[in-house]
Amino acid sequence: MSQHVISVKVENKSGVLARVAGLFSARGYNIDSLTVSTTELEDISIMTIVVKGDDRVLEQVKKQLNKLIDVIKVSDHIGATSIQRELALVKVSAVPSKRSEIFQLVEIFRAEIADISAKTMTLGVKGSPEKVDNFIELLRPYGIKELLRTGRISLSNQ
Amino acid sequence: MKISGAEIIIESLKQEKIECMFGYPGGVVIPIFHHLFDAPFKFILSRHEQGAVHAADGYARASGKVGVVLATSGPGATNLVTGIATAYMDSIPLVVFTGQVSREMIGNDAFQEVDITGITRPITKHNYLVQDIQDLARIIKEAFHIASTGRPGPVVIDVPVDISKSMYKFSYPDTVSIRGYKPVTSGHPIQIERACKLIESAERPVVYAGGGVVISNASDELREFIRKTGIPITTTLLGLGIYPETDPLSLEMLGMHGTYYANHAVNQSDLLIAIGARFDDRVTGKISEFIPEAKVIHIDIDPASVSKNVMVDVPIVGDCKQVLSEINKVIRPPKIDRWLETVAGLKRDNPLTYEMSERGDIKPQYVVEQIYKQTGGDAIICTEVGQNQMWAAQFYKYTRPRTFISSGGLGTMGYGLPAAIGAQLAVPGKRVFDIAGDGSIQMNIQELIVATQHRLPIIIAILNNGFLGMVRQWQQLFFDRRYSHTCLAFAPDFEKLAVAYGAVGITVKKLEEVIPAIDRALSITDRPIIIDFHVSKEENVYPMVPAGKSIKETIMRELA
Ligand SMILES: Cc1ncc(C[n+]2csc(CCOP(=O)(O)OP(=O)(O)O)c2C)c(N)n1
Repeated sequence: MSQHVISVKVENKSGVLARVAGLFSARGYNIDSLTVSTTELEDISIMTIVVKGDDRVLEQVKKQLNKLIDVIKVSDHIGATSIQRELALVKVSAVPSKRSEIFQLVEIFRAEIADISAKTMTLGVKGSPEKVDNFIELLRPYGIKELLRTGRISLSNQ
Repeated sequence: MKISGAEIIIESLKQEKIECMFGYPGGVVIPIFHHLFDAPFKFILSRHEQGAVHAADGYARASGKVGVVLATSGPGATNLVTGIATAYMDSIPLVVFTGQVSREMIGNDAFQEVDITGITRPITKHNYLVQDIQDLARIIKEAFHIASTGRPGPVVIDVPVDISKSMYKFSYPDTVSIRGYKPVTSGHPIQIERACKLIESAERPVVYAGGGVVISNASDELREFIRKTGIPITTTLLGLGIYPETDPLSLEMLGMHGTYYANHAVNQSDLLIAIGARFDDRVTGKISEFIPEAKVIHIDIDPASVSKNVMVDVPIVGDCKQVLSEINKVIRPPKIDRWLETVAGLKRDNPLTYEMSERGDIKPQYVVEQIYKQTGGDAIICTEVGQNQMWAAQFYKYTRPRTFISSGGLGTMGYGLPAAIGAQLAVPGKRVFDIAGDGSIQMNIQELIVATQHRLPIIIAILNNGFLGMVRQWQQLFFDRRYSHTCLAFAPDFEKLAVAYGAVGITVKKLEEVIPAIDRALSITDRPIIIDFHVSKEENVYPMVPAGKSIKETIMRELA
């Protein structure tokens, strides 16, 4: 089982997401993250799918994706060959005595304080998935109340 | 000039030069039926939508053309599902129109509304919900293109009733341009060269060819390849007929109920040349023990079929016909005299046989053999599913493509009769049989009246064993003979049933009546005939590779 970041260039039409997702769900695969967005061409969208699975099965899924009429191109983005970004919003407990520590983390990670209340802080962080992971790990000891990630987008730099 | 969406559909079908359409009416397709009334092509009214789609599929398999279907929304559309899946599994080109409720009602649980594009998404090559009448003609053009090119398959077009009724100017596009769909047809020259080298130096090569050769009309090229190389050839169920089974180099069918010699030759091979076949589990048996010593060349138009179940040494993605004709230009024969002797020995020592009963029971295999003899092998054989299908595959010798028509991938009981109707419409000059079981034939028996209506002299040969025989065989062999709910002791009188449907009914209970019954059926040319052959009840299909076993463990008869 290894992680794959599959970038699927598709026609920007209704029903395409269901076709793509169906190829994963039919094999019992749970998608870790999925983003869909428009591109520089208004009739083309890109789906970025992060999924863990057996390499051979995923090879088969990629071939099947390529066979979909509405799919224009499929590529697997593995770390080094692509730029990957993600955004997370984290709400942590932040009693006044702990705030300065949290401020420091925010500083180091160039994160953003999106909201602050008597007992909590809501932080926004963006960057590579590893950076986002690290930030979240470092916040864990303070008590994470809510956590959301956008799922990653990935641009091949080849 | 503007015409209605319904008329655009009919005009587009005229542009596609279709000869016939199969279907069944209902509320939201009345506007289309209104214009079908005087369409220049035939419309065949089935008696169940499943019958319509199987008939279109049989028509497509027999003719090589696209089968066209029309059904209403809701239950009409859901009744098509088994037939669409059947065509999808066997890569059969169909264009299926379904009616849909009007656009503003979609999603409201309107009367007879179902999301048929959602339901058929995993069993179609592509599908469309028409959302704008501007797109209708283009969608139909694309649907025919997608259904019939690359690896063919069914395409569904869901047409909301308000689209059928609204008006637009008609112009049918000349060409199709879909940026995500460009099937490769010619094989890569370097791969072809590598394949030729492997073939020329092979010591124990076998060709394993399947339905892809039928689809690409590559039977002539395949025969030339075998003539040039002298390599023995086995085919899949769907490949029957692409190479004459009467030829000494033919090993006939391989797989679960394939011949002993095909399975053993494949198992011992050092090179397997797969052409238009997809290494189905019914062919490979236990996959980890399949072809332990062989390199694999795989010619297939579908890249997703290559290295799916079996790792391939030389993949050639392309159309079988084009690739084979490239290979035929340069290929030189390998030196395989010793191998050919081995294969001939396997064939001589382990023939496909059955034992005649001492009590004079009619053996089902005997019936199939007599059908072969009495027709001179010149018929089109459709089948149902089960033992009847396997005996039809084994004991009739196929010599031409598109003469064996059967649901392979899905194994759909109830396929044979409607498929025979479609095949007979496609090929009026040939005799068409449906070799059936007493179980399967009851699944779409209502279609018999369609054959009567159109005076189609289909011969339905029921191998009546009083059981759901194939399931009973598994129960006998692997489930302690507990015949749980597989006995069909309560069965209709098929002879009377034939008569009720305006067909001819013949019952055969004695061995000596078999040939005269077939001859009598063959003499009737204006209506369908049912011959109810009362055959041995507990006959089993052999050879057999038990599920999960390797193909070298092919068993030839009951183990004592
Ligand atoms: C629609 C459908 N339902 C169930 C099955 C499972 N099945 C496979 S073979 C078979 C028995 C077929 O019996 P019959 O038509 O009498 O043929 P026989 O095997 O006796 O020749 C069954 C139930 C199937 N293939 N298709």
